[in-house]
Amino acid sequence: MLRKVTLLAAALVLIGGPALASSKVKEPQDIAFSFEGPFGTFDQAQLQRGYKIYREVCSACHSMNLLAFRNLGDRGGPFYDPAYSPAHGKTSNDNPVVKALAAEAQVADIDPETGDAIKRPGTPADRFPAPFANDAAARASNGGALPPDLSLMAKAREGGPEYIASLLQGYLTPPAGLIVPAGQHYNASFPGGVSAGWDEKKQGHPPEGGLIAMAPPLADDKVSFDDGTKSTVRQQAQDVAAFLMWAAEPKLEERKQMGLSVMIFLILFSGLLYASYRRVWRHESH
Amino acid sequence: MSGHSTYEPKTGFTRWLDARLPILRLGHDSFVDYPTPRNLNYWWTFGGILSLCLAVQIVTGIVLAMHYTPSAAAAFTSVEHIMRDVNYGWLLRYMHANGASMFFIAVYIHMLRGVYYGSYKAPREVLWILGCVIYLLMMATAFMGYVLPWGQMSFHGAVVITSLFSAFPVVGEAITTLLWGAFAVDEPTLKRFFSLHYLLPFMIAGVVILHVWALHVVGQNNPTGVDPKSKADTLPFTPYATVKDAFGMSVFLILFATLVFYMPDALGHADNYVPANPLVTPAHIVPEWYFLPFYAILRALPDKLMGVLAMFGAIACIFALPWLDTSKVKSMRYRPQARAYFLIFLVVCIILGFCGAKLPSDQVIPGLVTVPVFGDDLNSFVWLSRLATAYYFAYFLVVMPLLGLTEKPLPVPETISSPVLGDADKKD
Repeated sequence: MLRKVTLLAAALVLIGGPALASSKVKEPQDIAFSFEGPFGTFDQAQLQRGYKIYREVCSACHSMNLLAFRNLGDRGGPFYDPAYSPAHGKTSNDNPVVKALAAEAQVADIDPETGDAIKRPGTPADRFPAPFANDAAARASNGGALPPDLSLMAKAREGGPEYIASLLQGYLTPPAGLIVPAGQHYNASFPGGVSAGWDEKKQGHPPEGGLIAMAPPLADDKVSFDDGTKSTVRQQAQDVAAFLMWAAEPKLEERKQMGLSVMIFLILFSGLLYASYRRVWRHESH
Repeated sequence: MSGHSTYEPKTGFTRWLDARLPILRLGHDSFVDYPTPRNLNYWWTFGGILSLCLAVQIVTGIVLAMHYTPSAAAAFTSVEHIMRDVNYGWLLRYMHANGASMFFIAVYIHMLRGVYYGSYKAPREVLWILGCVIYLLMMATAFMGYVLPWGQMSFHGAVVITSLFSAFPVVGEAITTLLWGAFAVDEPTLKRFFSLHYLLPFMIAGVVILHVWALHVVGQNNPTGVDPKSKADTLPFTPYATVKDAFGMSVFLILFATLVFYMPDALGHADNYVPANPLVTPAHIVPEWYFLPFYAILRALPDKLMGVLAMFGAIACIFALPWLDTSKVKSMRYRPQARAYFLIFLVVCIILGFCGAKLPSDQVIPGLVTVPVFGDDLNSFVWLSRLATAYYFAYFLVVMPLLGLTEKPLPVPETISSPVLGDADKKD
């Protein structure tokens, strides 16, 4: 009953009365990602760097439940190798890089002999293992905040990958007068608002950004890149944002590629139909 | 218009079939020999485009339903399974989701074309009302379809819209409980919405058949609003209308493909990629764009019941249009004053759409604080939607009845072919 009343109240507030205005944030950076535009494709080296950042940093707290190791070797993915594609009678499950990456992980399973819960090395068919057994465990380890699943993050926030890259670089020095509560961090790109540490009546217009439970995850040289790219926070933020975009939209390349053929066909077909229309109607005024 | 049938079966089999089930004759009379006014412009291609939209939605929807799981626990992940693991699943889902928007773009153009050229006037009232029924069914289908991915906007949109019915006195609570199948939006709601979402398109298809039947009885209206009087006024449907419709469809598909392949999420909400969580309400719940004008009307009124009644009233006005308009002249081509009011109406609908997407308290002109009236600052979207809502209703309830009695229309041609063949009218 209480839930019903709350829902109705929420509906009423949203319909009738003024809702809470969302707080202002720092304008997200405009990043020229390789996957933008009608012909954009993922930069495989960037996806590989992004995956490494995810594995070494993000995955300590964030799950990616929709991703399986095999996806890493799918077309357009970070470790795609044409030699392990259906064209060669193989799949990403056969890709040795993918197999090795999967084997690094320990995944939960049931021993078929004893029925005991066990851990075993991962296979390409396994999903990325989640860092916590359940949401309660995740909250308990993160000061009550639940680190969201990252599988769709690049599509689940306004601004997408540019928002993610901005957020990861948004840990600026808190503005004077802002009280940052313990376990919270000031982030100029986070839309949560700063009401917990700012009295609007006394202090006036609040600063942009919000208070976020996630501590600054990146630092210069925190992740070493195998391809020699200089590991700055900016580079890391952009690479992991690109990786998350791939994770959220793995069929992006396939989609744009098919789009090109469809557009060429439709434009030619429309031209033909227009010519037919003119020909059919050539003796009829209208 | 359905005059004498000219169908002549040519082979032994078609003669045999024609004597038993004259289905080929029906097809021939309806889509080949059917006389269409010769002056139909591109606004008339949207009827064909709409049947294409319905076909696309049904075909993609049937395949999607093979892979979708209607349960609160699995719906969201099953949609992602379609996006990631089903062959061309991403294509099917993006076509289906954007197809709904394209369907509404086409239906709004089709309806506005009907308003502009007076296609609802006698003898086409039933044709118009059947169209309104299709539109109503489309809205119900689209709303329930949007709930199925069980994302944050799906869930909370469903909460807001279904809760509207609770505004009705006495029966309201019972209606919401029936819609929910529970005491809140939950598992049973999702299951019944899925079932109905699969059912309604076939009901739409049924009403479309009635709509086309009624059309073929009374014949198509045309830009002059003058009914065909002789053979010179019409051309056979095939090839003349078919080829023009096909060209229109193909151009429409280019726009459709642009959305599907290059900006598939442009009309969606980021929040719907977050799984539904009843305990976390999104900061800003907005319906899909095609409902925004009605959402603005709903929120324009301070009282919930009044808002709901206004919203349903706005749709009821469209149904009653054939009896609200008193003008003897059908086409606004010959009604300059009506045309001006119509253009304002068009702008007002777009304004209402913008208002529906904004928070009611947001300022229309940023930074300007004016006087509060009835508790809301005049420079707010709620006041803009109130003004626009007032015009919306005034257009149907005041302008339409009075203008027909007071205006002086321009001279209307005797026949379709007189302005066409004489090349006298090149205005539109």
